[in-house]
Amino acid sequence: MKRGGVAALAVLLTGPAQADERRSGFDYMGPETQLMQTDDMANPGMLAVQAGMRLWQETAGDAERSCESCHGDAEKSMRGVAARYPAYDATAQSAVDVAGRVNLCRTRHQGAEPLPQEDADLLALVSLIGLQSRGLPVMPDPDPQMSQWRSRGADLFDRRMGQLNLSCAQCHDDNAGGHLGSAPIPQAHPTGYPIYRLEWQEMGSLQRRLRGCLSGVRSDPWPYGSDAYVAIEAYLMQRAAGMPMETPAVRP
Amino acid sequence: MTDALVNIPETATPGEIIEIKLLISHPMETGFRPRSDGSLVPRDIITSVRCLYGGETVLEVDLNPAISANPFLVFHLRADRSDEIALEWTDWGGVVHREARQITVA
Repeated sequence: MKRGGVAALAVLLTGPAQADERRSGFDYMGPETQLMQTDDMANPGMLAVQAGMRLWQETAGDAERSCESCHGDAEKSMRGVAARYPAYDATAQSAVDVAGRVNLCRTRHQGAEPLPQEDADLLALVSLIGLQSRGLPVMPDPDPQMSQWRSRGADLFDRRMGQLNLSCAQCHDDNAGGHLGSAPIPQAHPTGYPIYRLEWQEMGSLQRRLRGCLSGVRSDPWPYGSDAYVAIEAYLMQRAAGMPMETPAVRP
Repeated sequence: MTDALVNIPETATPGEIIEIKLLISHPMETGFRPRSDGSLVPRDIITSVRCLYGGETVLEVDLNPAISANPFLVFHLRADRSDEIALEWTDWGGVVHREARQITVA
């Protein structure tokens, strides 16, 4: 009986501690920046969403079709979509992120040129799509093909890179919660992309953010659109599974 | 066309202090930033913002190059009559952008 009581106490004690020690980058921000993100009237990411809403309805390419022509109302059809990405595309035999999916739609169904990475219109559409998953838990794509992408991402995350010879994990796992200079080191959960970063003064993708870290460790960033970014995103989203989406997030 | 998020309450009680928010999509290019070839990116900022309450100017703000991209302005106003509240902002080219909302005070 006493033994059972101890076990129950142990469960009580360890239960909440084990519950979830993952923290969004949001939790490391100052209250002013947090307010900026949570107030839709103050969040500059909502400007991108507004632009995305317009682009959603605009026709593009030879097919003269808009996103809306096929997908209808974004608020309904795109609900929860971004929370599942990157996802496996059987035709392309590749994992694609949301921006990649938008560009596949453009080339396959709209007869339009793909938009370049970090193009404002592309970020606007991805922000609009991402917003439809805000508050929903990250649910990684169950396609078995994704596992090799995730393991490649995990390998890249743990690999030492650049002149500083640092891996992502050495900061974001071993020293998360600490500081690099004055900047807090978050746990690298990409739940809010595309983000409005105050340093950039504009919207940017996870690829842009990863390039920032790559040049930070004095390595040569992979070119935009490289598979390596999608692999890392697939791995990071797996780690963030169940955490709520925040798109469009604000980060310092 | 400039994107902007405008928040003006639709209704208020007489004498109520209302909050007006304006978030303008704009790069606010300072004119001091060099390109990779050393030439300067030309200045492109919003120079002024004005708020008109039924045609009467109630707020006038001069913006300068030190203000960040996508400027966000919040200010308060005493609502004493049903009228139009208009926000006007002038860009570097002198073009005036305008967003207006009707407020019912009762």
